[in-house]
Amino acid sequence: MADQKLVTLSIEGVEVSVPKGTMILEAAKQAGVLIPHYCYHPGLPIAGVCRMCLIEIEGTPKLQIGCATEVAQGQVVKVFGDEALKARESVLEFLLIHHPLDCPICDQAGECELQNYVFQEGRSNTRYAEYAKRFSPVEDFGADVLYVPNRCILCTRCVRFMEHVADEPVLNVSERGDRAFIGIHPDATLDHEWAGNVVDLCPVGSLISKDFLHKARAWELDRTPSVCTGCSQGCNINLDTRSDIVVRIRPRPNPEVNRHFICDTGRMHYRWMNRGDRIEAPLILRGEELQATDWDHALSEVARLVSGSSGRAVVLISPNASNEAMFLAKRLVAQFTATLAFRVERVDGEIPLSGVPGLALRAERAANVAGATALGYRDDFAAAVRAIEGASLVIVVADDLEGVSREALQKAVNTVYLGTVLPDTARGATLVLPVANTAEEDGTLVNRDGRVQRYLQAKSAPGMARPAWWILGEVLKELGRGESLFSADEAFALMAEAEGQFRGLSYANLGMHGSTMSEARV
Amino acid sequence: MGYPHKPHDKETVILSEYFGDAEARSYAGWVKRGGYKALKASLEMQPAEVIEIVKSSGLRGRGGAGFPTGVKWSFMPKEKSKPHYLCCNADEAEPGTFKDREIMRWTPHALIEGCAIAQYAIQAEITYIYIRGEFTEPLRIMQAALDDAYGNGVLGDDAMGSGRRLDMYIHRGAGAYICGEETALMNSIEGQRGNPRIRPPFPAASGVFGMPTTINNVETLAAVPHIINRGPEWYKGLSLNNEKSSGTKLFSVAGHIQRPGNYEVTMGFPLGELINDLCGGMRQGRTLKACIPGGSSVPILNREETESCLLDYEGCVEMGTMLGSGGVIVFDDSADMVYQTMRLARFYAHESCAQCTQCREGTGWTVRILERILAGQGEQKDLDLLLDLADQMTGKTICVLSDSCAAVVISTIKRFRNEFEAYIAGTREPAVVAVGVG
Repeated sequence: MADQKLVTLSIEGVEVSVPKGTMILEAAKQAGVLIPHYCYHPGLPIAGVCRMCLIEIEGTPKLQIGCATEVAQGQVVKVFGDEALKARESVLEFLLIHHPLDCPICDQAGECELQNYVFQEGRSNTRYAEYAKRFSPVEDFGADVLYVPNRCILCTRCVRFMEHVADEPVLNVSERGDRAFIGIHPDATLDHEWAGNVVDLCPVGSLISKDFLHKARAWELDRTPSVCTGCSQGCNINLDTRSDIVVRIRPRPNPEVNRHFICDTGRMHYRWMNRGDRIEAPLILRGEELQATDWDHALSEVARLVSGSSGRAVVLISPNASNEAMFLAKRLVAQFTATLAFRVERVDGEIPLSGVPGLALRAERAANVAGATALGYRDDFAAAVRAIEGASLVIVVADDLEGVSREALQKAVNTVYLGTVLPDTARGATLVLPVANTAEEDGTLVNRDGRVQRYLQAKSAPGMARPAWWILGEVLKELGRGESLFSADEAFALMAEAEGQFRGLSYANLGMHGSTMSEARV
Repeated sequence: MGYPHKPHDKETVILSEYFGDAEARSYAGWVKRGGYKALKASLEMQPAEVIEIVKSSGLRGRGGAGFPTGVKWSFMPKEKSKPHYLCCNADEAEPGTFKDREIMRWTPHALIEGCAIAQYAIQAEITYIYIRGEFTEPLRIMQAALDDAYGNGVLGDDAMGSGRRLDMYIHRGAGAYICGEETALMNSIEGQRGNPRIRPPFPAASGVFGMPTTINNVETLAAVPHIINRGPEWYKGLSLNNEKSSGTKLFSVAGHIQRPGNYEVTMGFPLGELINDLCGGMRQGRTLKACIPGGSSVPILNREETESCLLDYEGCVEMGTMLGSGGVIVFDDSADMVYQTMRLARFYAHESCAQCTQCREGTGWTVRILERILAGQGEQKDLDLLLDLADQMTGKTICVLSDSCAAVVISTIKRFRNEFEAYIAGTREPAVVAVGVG
C-alpha cells in the first residue's frame, strides 16, 4: 500500500484518500457512506448489473455506478443527490414489481438488503398494481440450498461465486428479459464443499438454507464472533443463537484467513454445541461411584491431589481446547515430570476454495493444534497412554478417552477429568469437572498459519460448568500459585508473560481478526 | 437500389453497384470488377498510412453510433505487446435494417477486402466476422467467398504475396439481438452468454479474449476499399449537407411504401425525396404519417419532420432523432401508433439480456402498460407512468437497449399523444392484441 499512489476525493462532503484504482463504492465506505448495492460484493468479480449503486459525480452528465467507477483526484461524489435517489428509488420499484413481498414468511426478513433499502430509499407504494406477478415454484438446488425464484433479483452473486471462486460453474442466468432466472446444470447439485456460501451471498431470500429454514427470525438472533473448530484453517465465524441455542453458523469476514467464506462442513459444525447430555456439576469419586459436589470442595480436592504428590504427571488435552486452558494445565503440573499430549483426527486430503489462495477445509480436523504445539504439547496419544501407568496425576481436558479403558486409567494414582460430557472411561476418574464448550467461553486458538484468534462466549454453559481456564486458575489459586482469574483476557496475559511465542500479544491487540505469533516476536 | 430493380437516377451507387450481379460473388468475378486492388495497395503502405487515409476520408461507423472509423482504428495500441483482433459486426438485427445482408449476399469479397485492409491497419492477426444466426444464405455465400479468398492467396500465411499472415474466421451467432452490441458480440465469440460488458475497459484496450480489439460494421468495412482506390478526397466530397458526414449510405426502406428495398444515397440526401421519389411514394390513396429513419432504436418522426429531415448524422440530430443504422420504417395514415409502439417495446422486452434491472423489468412493464391501453383499460396516469419509466430506463444501464425502448415510447407519445388518449378515453375501439406473445 505504501508505494501506491493515493487519490483524494470528496464523497458526500467527506474527504478521503484512497489508493488509485479503488472503486467509489469502496472509497465511500471509508468516508462512512454506504452506497446501496446488490450485485457488488468485495469477494466477487465486479458485475455492475443491478444498477443500484448509481451515484452523481460532479461534472459527469450521466449517473455512474459506484461499484465499477474508479476514484479520480478531486472527484466530488454525491450519493444522496436528488437524481441518484430518484434512480435508486426506481431500481427498487423495478425490483419489487415481481417480488412476492412475502417477508412475513421469508427467512431473510430482517437481514434482507431488498427490505432494508426499500425502507431506506424506496417508494411506499407500487405503480404495478394492475398486473399479475411472475411466478415460478421453489427449486431444490441440492445439498443445503433452496432456490426461491420469485424473490430473486438476479444480482448474479451466486453465479459468480460458483464460477469464479468455487471454480465449479454449475449456476447461470437462464432465459432473457423478465423471464430470466438462476438456472442450475441439469446434472448438478450444489454439493460443492463451499457451495453453502451462496446462501450468505444472496442479498435477498432467494437462496436459503434448508438447515436454517423457519428456525428463527433474524431479529431474534444474537450474533457472537467466534472461530470455527472444524479444522486447522481457523475460519472466522459468527455463532447465531436464539434463546441460548446455536441455530446457525455464518462466516465472519477476515481478509487474512477466510475472506468472506466458510465451508459447508464448518457451517454445519454446531449441533454438538447444543448437546443436552452434559455434565452439570463437579463429581467426586466416593467408593465406586461419582457423586455430585460443589466447586469449593472440588477445587480444594484437586489442589490437595496436586500439592500432595510428585513424580510423573500426564496432561491429555483436546486440540480444540483454548490456549489459556492448555497453558494453565501445563502450569499446574510444573512440579511434575510431565507428559503433555493431544491427539487429532486427520482425514485424507484437503478441499480448497480455489478462488481464495490459502483457504481450504484442512485434513487436520481440529482448531488449536498449532497452539498446543507452541505450548509444548506433543501429538503423541500413545505416549500419553503409556505414561498413565504409575503416574501420580493424570489431567484430561475434553478428550473423550476413546481407546482407553477404565482399568488403564485407574493405573494412575489420581485422575482429574475436565469435560463437557462423561465418557464411560472417565467414570474411573478421581474427580470430574464440568467445563464450558467453545461456544460457552472466551478464549483463543492458533490456526495452522500461527494466527492467534479470539472467540467469544455465545451461550451460557449448563449447570455449574465453567471455562477450563477458570477452573485451572482457581486450582492454582488454591495452591497459592496465583490469583483468581476473572476473564480469559487475564489468563491470556499470564500466558503472554510466560510463553515466548505469545509475548507482546493481548486481547486488546489481537482484536477480532487476530495476529500471528511470529508478528508478535518481531 | 440495384437488385431487383435498376438503381434510381438519384442514387449514388458505390457499395451496391454489383447488387444483383451474381458473378461478383466469385473471386474471379470480383477481381474482374477491380477487386483486391485496394488490399494490394494497402499492404504496400504502412498501417499508419492506411489509418490516416481512412481518417481523412471522414468515414464514420455505419452500425449506428457514427464514430469516426479512422479515429477508432488509431485507438489500438501502437506498440504491439499482445495479439490484436478485428471483429466485423455482421449481426444485423436492428428492426428495419437489412443492408448488411445484401452486401454479404452480393459482394462478399468487398467485405473480405475491407476486413483485410482494416485488419492490416490495426495490425490484427485475426478477423472474426460475426454473422447473425438467421442469415443462412449470407453465411453460405460468405463462407464460400472466404474459402475462395484463402484458395487464391488473398488470405493465409502470405496474403497477396506481401509476406504477411492474415486470418479470417466466420462466427455464426445464435439469433440474439443483443449480440449486435459490440461487447456482447465479443462475449459471444468467446463462447460466453452474449451479455454486454461494463466499460471501461474499452475494446481497444481489452476486447475479444481480453486483447486489443476493433469492431466495425459490415457497411463501414465494405466502404474502405473504395476509399483506398479512389482516395479520401473523393469520399470526403460525397456530402450534401454537413461536411462531417461524408460518403454514401445504404438505407433499408420498409413499411407502407410502393417500393421497399435498399437505396444508396450520398450523405445528406433528403428523407422526403428518398420516400417519395426513390421508393415511389406511399401506397395508393395513403398519406405519410410517420417515419423511423435509423432502425427501431431511434426516435420516430412525424410527417413534417420526415419531409424536412436530411439523411446524415447531423441532419437527423437536428430533427431530434439519429441516423442509426439506416433502417427507414415508413408509416402511412392507417398505422396505429400505439400498437406500433407496443410491438417495438415487445421486441425489446423479448431481447433484453436481463443484466440491468431497469431494462429487464422496465421493458416488460412498458409492454404490459401498452397492452392495457390498447385493450381500452388504460388510464390517463399510465402515460405519465410510461414517460417516467422511460426516463429511468435512459442512460442508466450498461448498454443502450433499455434507452432504445425508452426512445420509442418517449418519441411516440410526444408526437402521437392523441392516439394514446383516444384509447384511454374510449373514443377508439380497443385493439385485439395477443397478450404475452414475445
